Amino acid sequence: MTYAEIPGTPLFDGRAARRGYALNRLCYSFNDAANRAEFVRDEDAYCARYALNEEQREAVRARNVLQLIAAGGNVYYLAKFAGIFGLDVQDLGAQQTGMSKDEFKAMLAAYAH
Amino acid sequence: MAQILGGVMTSHVPAIGRAIHKGLQDDPYWQPFFAGFKPVHEWLAQALPDVVVVFYNDHGLNFFLDKMPTFSIGAAPEYRNADEGWGIPQVPAFPGEQDLSWHLIESLVEDEFDVTTCQEMLVDHAFTLPMALLWPDQTWPVKVVPICINTVQFPLPTAARCWKLGQAVGRAVRAWDSDAKVMVLGTGGLSHQLDGERAGFINKEFDLQFMDSLVSDNPAWATQFSVRDLVEKAGTQGIELLMWLATRGALGDSVEEIHRNYHIPISNTAAGLMLLAPA
Repeated sequence: MTYAEIPGTPLFDGRAARRGYALNRLCYSFNDAANRAEFVRDEDAYCARYALNEEQREAVRARNVLQLIAAGGNVYYLAKFAGIFGLDVQDLGAQQTGMSKDEFKAMLAAYAH
Repeated sequence: MAQILGGVMTSHVPAIGRAIHKGLQDDPYWQPFFAGFKPVHEWLAQALPDVVVVFYNDHGLNFFLDKMPTFSIGAAPEYRNADEGWGIPQVPAFPGEQDLSWHLIESLVEDEFDVTTCQEMLVDHAFTLPMALLWPDQTWPVKVVPICINTVQFPLPTAARCWKLGQAVGRAVRAWDSDAKVMVLGTGGLSHQLDGERAGFINKEFDLQFMDSLVSDNPAWATQFSVRDLVEKAGTQGIELLMWLATRGALGDSVEEIHRNYHIPISNTAAGLMLLAPA
């Protein structure tokens, strides 16, 4: 089943789940602090162990959320990857929208009015 | 027979946990959110529930994409949280109400809801933070039954299906041979979006319309929309309003609104809170 597109809004469907399985499996492993430390110690070896494809490996290397999503990443698992770098969801939002974090926070606050 | 005292719906974003951990409840950014819970605390002190049935969505702590149940029910003696990838603080374990878990499982399957049963289950921030908002001292005076609804991997269950699940849970609780006082807790929402170029999207008008609908003559109003259309209106994570629908469904035909709060923003999210009681 395909869903009519919503601009700027990825729906994590079966196609994404298939395409992104290895990447999401890597990110899921970061629920465990020891795995996060292992990734930091030797990123290449860790990514090789999870058999990321080239696009996924490059997206991980770039720390780029939109690239990670395009490579099949699911935001809930990607949040665990972002946690390694101490990034919160506002950092992720700022990066994806091309804003500074302060600009992103101002946009959120403006919705109150 | 068991009695349903009421239902609480609240947002559950991880930043709430950080705010609790740092003691920021009276900070100007957080005060409008945390102050909203005072009437809920007063109600809880009077109502004294014994059991909480919690509708929530796992964010990749208990379930991975290897097995992704649409509806799953905890049947464990206790539930713990865990490091979710960013070192969220641990909270005391929640005692499970296993008799109600199995009663719900049996009733729901009889009612044609083919649920996944979990005798071991980690609960994530979507479970622990609303519990900590209701009982800030984190000495849980209640037993719990977690009911997890998939919002990770599409297809998600429809709003209509979640509404019916809630109704079936409500019927089953009211038919439970127990003198327990039960409340329902639905966590998530309201409008927000974490992913994509539309990240940061919030829709106040829709949120307020949705909250109003739950206490109107047409509480299943949101079931007219497809999941895709709900995502368009409320954001990819705003779809967590499915938990609110299930909770409202469990409360029966008519409800009294005891309290609500709505505040933009906490983190990336429009925070909503409602306390409803069957009328």
